[in-house]
Amino acid sequence: MDLQNLNPSSLKSRFTARFLRALTEINAPKTISSSSPREIFQRYRRIKVAADKSMAYSVRSRRIWSRATLWRLRTRSRSRRLVSFGRRASVKTRTTASHGKENKEHHGAVLGVQAEELRELVPGGEAMDLCNLLDETAHYIKCLTTQGFCVYMGGLLCEGCC
Amino acid sequence: MSSRRSRQSSAGVSRISDDQIIELVSKLRQLLPEIRDRRSDKVSASKVLQETCNYIRSLHREVDDLSERLSQLLATIDADSAEAAIIRSLIM
Repeated sequence: MDLQNLNPSSLKSRFTARFLRALTEINAPKTISSSSPREIFQRYRRIKVAADKSMAYSVRSRRIWSRATLWRLRTRSRSRRLVSFGRRASVKTRTTASHGKENKEHHGAVLGVQAEELRELVPGGEAMDLCNLLDETAHYIKCLTTQGFCVYMGGLLCEGCC
Repeated sequence: MSSRRSRQSSAGVSRISDDQIIELVSKLRQLLPEIRDRRSDKVSASKVLQETCNYIRSLHREVDDLSERLSQLLATIDADSAEAAIIRSLIM
């Protein structure tokens, strides 16, 4: 893949560049014998964090879900033991009014149960009204597919280095 | 898009219209590989949301699997190799 032909301002490019840079900082051992299962697992966790960070920083604060992810990453880096891992933002974001549970209109009531499930999957979902939730979800899905692409690219590059 | 967002009054009464919801749900549907190609328009919003949840979970799993694979691959690369240096220079 020719990196120079990517549109440099596209989300995919920004995201890929950030993630690959982060990868070079995740130490690769020089000898195969030093990669114990524990080390591999730790590297796996750092890759996950790098992927989420790259994704959130490429979107910055333009989206509720990215703000929630950034908040979670920052809190996590300050205190690893107190914040649970996982993709759920546990604190309300300082964003649109959190009328999420009060907006059960005609459609809201019908979609209520599924919306609750979706709220747990999208970062910051608990604080969103239904309209925002649907809109944020669409963007989040697009970014998740880009994230998968970036991690896959990282794998291809590693294979090139073997 | 922002001009069509609902504005919430201070009393907490939402003016989200059904049309807005329908439009957003249909926009979501276009992203789902399972049901976007179906001819029928009669996919319920409920089904779209359910499929969306499943799809997000499968994307999470995919990133997990790819990350795991990458973490194992990183164990095998020679960080001092010429190829690694080239790649580093490309992305810095």
